[in-house]
Amino acid sequence: MPAAIEVEGLVKRYGGLTAVDRIDFSVPAGSVFAFLGPNGAGKTTTVEILEGLRQRTSGTVRVLGLDPWSDGAELHRRIGVIPQEFRFFEKITPREAVEYYRALFGSSVDPDEVLGRVELLDKRSARFDQLSGGQKQKLGLALALSNDPEIYFLDEPTTGLDPHARRAIWNVIRSIRAAGRTVFLTTHYLEEAELLSDRVAIIHHGHLIAVGTAAEIIAAHGGPARAVFEAAPELATRLTARLGVAARASGGRVVVDLAGPHDALRVLSAAEESGLPWSSFSTERDTLEDVFIRMVGEMDDGALKGESAP
Amino acid sequence: MNPKRIGADLAVVARGYYRNPAALFFSLIFPLILIGLFGLIFSNTGTTTVTLEVLNENPHSPLVTKFLSALNNTTVVKVAVVPASTVSASGFSAWLGQNGDPVGLVIPATFTTNYSSGTQVNLTMFANPQDAAAAGEAEFAVSGVANAFNLAKAGGSSLIQLAGTVQGVGGTNLVYVDYLIPGLIGFSILTSPMFSMVDVASSYRKEGLFRQLSLTPLTRSEWLTSRIAWYILLTFAAAGIMLGMGVGVFDAHVSLNAGLIPYLVVGPFLFVSLGMLAGSVAPTPESAAVIGNIITFPMMFLAGTFFPVSEFPPGLQTFARVLPLYYVIDGMNQVMLFHNTMRAAADLAVVVVAGVVVFLLAVRLFRWRDA
Ligand SMILES: Nc1ncnc2c1ncn2[C@@H]1O[C@H](COP(=O)(O)OP(=O)(O)OP(=O)(O)O)[C@@H](O)[C@H]1O
Ligand SMILES: [Mg+2]
Repeated sequence: MPAAIEVEGLVKRYGGLTAVDRIDFSVPAGSVFAFLGPNGAGKTTTVEILEGLRQRTSGTVRVLGLDPWSDGAELHRRIGVIPQEFRFFEKITPREAVEYYRALFGSSVDPDEVLGRVELLDKRSARFDQLSGGQKQKLGLALALSNDPEIYFLDEPTTGLDPHARRAIWNVIRSIRAAGRTVFLTTHYLEEAELLSDRVAIIHHGHLIAVGTAAEIIAAHGGPARAVFEAAPELATRLTARLGVAARASGGRVVVDLAGPHDALRVLSAAEESGLPWSSFSTERDTLEDVFIRMVGEMDDGALKGESAP
Repeated sequence: MNPKRIGADLAVVARGYYRNPAALFFSLIFPLILIGLFGLIFSNTGTTTVTLEVLNENPHSPLVTKFLSALNNTTVVKVAVVPASTVSASGFSAWLGQNGDPVGLVIPATFTTNYSSGTQVNLTMFANPQDAAAAGEAEFAVSGVANAFNLAKAGGSSLIQLAGTVQGVGGTNLVYVDYLIPGLIGFSILTSPMFSMVDVASSYRKEGLFRQLSLTPLTRSEWLTSRIAWYILLTFAAAGIMLGMGVGVFDAHVSLNAGLIPYLVVGPFLFVSLGMLAGSVAPTPESAAVIGNIITFPMMFLAGTFFPVSEFPPGLQTFARVLPLYYVIDGMNQVMLFHNTMRAAADLAVVVVAGVVVFLLAVRLFRWRDA
């Protein structure tokens, strides 16, 4: 698959602050790419550079084969964007807004159909300044849909939405992907990234600290898989003695790291042999969220230590 | 330039205005209030005594003496006789202007002989359009006395009458409200786009609306063109209101002709672009407002809006000629009052050139997106 987005050595400086520091990644056409990172990590800066709204300091960026800054006019016909804080004309209604976009892009979408997709049909005649935050966000998505673009750039499209509305947006993203379009999605919801995306990148202080599928990132950066019993702490002592691996007890749970995927049976037998009671047994592994929090936390700890060193 | 995109944007602008009563108020009701206010102030006939300078070309006539004392008896005017040796009838208007006298009357040499023989007597009156109140009172007194003299003569026909319209001090035959109409149309052509475009330029940038628009195929020149089109429409409406009020209510003697139309088009073209330019070069909405005011305020008062530039001291007249609005208002004066086509065309050319330059600069300097 050809790459819809290619980024090499991208740097963005705001005065003395390096918001994006030599990042590389590529997004295959037809896939959903989730861009994760804590507040101020450089997500919006990166997205805006890809959209051609911001000029990069250095590096190469190709979106649909175009340079977003210098070929902006051509690129903008072919992409759809929801900015992080979507604002529009105060007195316009959602229906008029979609009609306006349709006229500007010369597209032939049916406004009601588009508003229906984002579940905003009931507010189609309300003025923009009377819409709720979530409704405004939905209108942003409706406008992004109205020129049937090849790539969607969605900067935190579901932030502030209720769970129902969030699912509605997820469905739209799935339908976009099903239609073979590319999605570049930033989000703070790790679950959302895992659920919707083909590939994930984590950015922190302007550096990419992980890129790949969620499973790859978890495999590379997550802890080992674990066996978990609900049992009294004595079980931990017995298991440690029998297996030669440290078992941990806390909060009514006894946890043993597994050496590999087929190690669970051995641990379970050891528990049976101990003769001690336990009420449930399961295996678990890190979620993307666990990995994200650990990686970001470790980097920040490191940074703090580094700063305090003389 | 794609007309369909301009049309779509124009529809959005128009609806936004329609739904924003404050904006509509300033664009349409404000001109109405302005013309109403100024019209009322300057067509007001008060009861103060006005000194009427009378150039008597028919001295030593008992009839003229009787006529003048009848004028004094009205208590509306106080007659001050100017001997015919001081100034000629043709130089009288200028003489009045130099002496700062608001109203003057010429008694022709033929007054007595014509009146006695039943031939018509034409009186010529001069009035300073800036002092419309004095002019109105003097005209009222002179025609009242003339009527009485006409009635006294057998038959009561209009033997003595004011010749045509009142002549203006300074050589024109205009009253204040006549100057007021082109001036106030110019005022509205200036203020309505300037104030709002300066604000739009900076607030759209701050709110990210320009970035949002930059993500569409709409170009900056299309966007600016749609705004210009909108203000041309507003200007036609405002000019219509002011002409209607001025002519209908305050008896302005302006001639309505198609020559006015180019000014109602290029005027908004110039000032929408200028407002956009001012708003674009300013770093913040606050500084934009300051820059906008620095550009707008001198023009609001010194470009012939409320007072004819010809009444200004010479230094201020020179300054007025630097202001682009001067050429818009002077052009409209030439078309509507003086019928001086050559000068009107020259004024128009100045406005067109200024408009094109400012439009191109504005399109170049205003940014959809920031680096
Ligand atoms: N216009 C700007 N001028 C100066 N600094 C900026 C500007 N925009 C962003 N920054 C800085 O760059 C860094 C990255 O900001 P960015 O908006 O890209 O973060 P983000 O990952 O989108 O954060 P969030 O999750 O809060 O939206 C931040 O430290 C921010 O303060
Ligand atoms: Mg952001």
